[in-house]
Amino acid sequence: MLFTVIRSRGRKPLTLQQREELDFYLFIGLWLIGFILFTGGPILASFFFSFTNWTGLTSGEFVGLLNFKTLLFDDPLFWTATRNTFFYSFGAVTLGTAGALFVALLLNQKLPGTTFLRVIYYMPSIASGVAVSILWIWLFNPQSGLINYLLSLIGIKGPLWLASQQWALPALIIKSLWAIGANMIILLAGLQAVPTSLYEAAKIDGANQWREFRAVTLPMLSPVLFYVLVISTISSFQILTDVLVMTQGGPGTATFVFVYFIYQAAFQYLKMGYASALAWILFVIILALTLLQLWGSKKWVYYEDDSR
Amino acid sequence: MGQTIDRPLGSALRKATTVPWHQRSSTRGVFQAILVYAIVLPGALLFTIPLVWMLSTALKEPKQIFIFPPQWIPNPVHWENFAKGWNDFLPFNRFLLNSLIITTNNIVGNLISCCLAAFAFARLRARGKNFFFLLVLGTMLLPAEVTIIPQYVLFSKLGWNNTWLPLMVPSWFGWAFFIFLLRQFFMGIPRELDEAARLDGASSWHIMWKVIIPLAKPALATVVIFGFIGNWNNFLQPLIYIRSTDMQVLAVGLNMFRGAFGNTNYNYMMAVSLLVLLPVLVVFFFGQRLFVRGIALTGIKG
Repeated sequence: MLFTVIRSRGRKPLTLQQREELDFYLFIGLWLIGFILFTGGPILASFFFSFTNWTGLTSGEFVGLLNFKTLLFDDPLFWTATRNTFFYSFGAVTLGTAGALFVALLLNQKLPGTTFLRVIYYMPSIASGVAVSILWIWLFNPQSGLINYLLSLIGIKGPLWLASQQWALPALIIKSLWAIGANMIILLAGLQAVPTSLYEAAKIDGANQWREFRAVTLPMLSPVLFYVLVISTISSFQILTDVLVMTQGGPGTATFVFVYFIYQAAFQYLKMGYASALAWILFVIILALTLLQLWGSKKWVYYEDDSR
Repeated sequence: MGQTIDRPLGSALRKATTVPWHQRSSTRGVFQAILVYAIVLPGALLFTIPLVWMLSTALKEPKQIFIFPPQWIPNPVHWENFAKGWNDFLPFNRFLLNSLIITTNNIVGNLISCCLAAFAFARLRARGKNFFFLLVLGTMLLPAEVTIIPQYVLFSKLGWNNTWLPLMVPSWFGWAFFIFLLRQFFMGIPRELDEAARLDGASSWHIMWKVIIPLAKPALATVVIFGFIGNWNNFLQPLIYIRSTDMQVLAVGLNMFRGAFGNTNYNYMMAVSLLVLLPVLVVFFFGQRLFVRGIALTGIKG
């Protein structure tokens, strides 16, 4: 019926293949519009902003590379933020990944209760957000908080944590370790994908557990481990809620991290151009770290279908 | 990345690698089991104890809070702290309503827009498909900070400041992570089912609704719970866009509470925080399998 109508107007009907292609673009239409409006367009705009001194109030002017020059050479806060972010990221990623791997290995055994224990370890990683940040303010309370109480039980006088220049950033790292459960689950899934035949072969060859771990588990798990490292690094560089709620960058500039810097520049001082330049530097740092990890991974990540 | 994603991973919460160390020789096995428990049980206690402490503090009266050493079970127990903290300081009922409206809208919007795109990427053949799929993956890796400033400028220009529109409208235009998750799931559904329907002359729309969606309920449920937790916890966007207290959401309301009454009223603060956290914990306990499936499908934690 429809075909005859179209044909009578002198057009060719769509072939099945053309119809499918048209459907494809109709179905991704919403996403595509959203991508252009909320992602692609903003990326271009932000790139453009980063070369202006626009403040959101006054109309900005093109200033070339001035924002980048000021950041790198004249704004000590930039280096503070960079140092703090790298410190946090290094601590959170190395300790977090090692912890997640350790727990995953322990819980990947046929022992009674491991299912329940996995749920326990996994739960805190779901409980994120402001409520949890507030809980940790109280846990870190120097006089009456739980952490210093537990430390006092083993004879240690705990530090001032969030009120201490030296301990505020380590405190945020410790808080991040409460959420290792998500990585633990990814690593557990990876461990379970290791073919049993490899362990049986190792057993026949008389390998001890350490050797088995080094020769079978670690190489087979390395793609997943690599993935966890990359994702954790990216997300650790974007820490913000904890800083906004728990420390506001302080005391002093002890927890002044990169994204907090961006937030402050953009939404408190309305220096949109400057903040955009910052955001782009952050993007480049994250990209560089990801590529660095990718490059480094060639030396230690083992891919099964890779004929080396 | 590809390796872990395409493998059928099963439920990581329930299975174990089948050659357990402890079966090698029985004495060594027992010793090893004891060693594992000796590490894992205290660890599990350490992971649970902050929540117990949270509840304990929530039930105390002010003078009990700062007693040293702390009492685990408060005496007397002040259950009314929950109602007082919730009602006497800030309009938390209003915040709750606002959070519910925004979260519901965003889950529905995401479900519809992401299903459409995911179906297209999983099933429809078209030139340029790979290019667009690369864009989806690229968006997943892009830090939100790069786009948040120009988005703010855009929404301000549209006059959307201090409205819910910046929080609600984007969810109707898909979200890369969910598109990827659903696409991975759709790819696992046997193609014969929709090929047959297509030969019978069914439209793409029909195939999506009648063949794929009914088989993808677990993946949709995963999107719902990830979406719930992500939106419930969303802090930065409402903080930036919403000025009026009456229009604020729970996450920001909670932080306002901390800012205004924080340092002394730890009991009320823990009580209200616990109430805000409760739906998330409930969703977690009922949906843990779905979380694990979501992680297994995408290799990404929500």
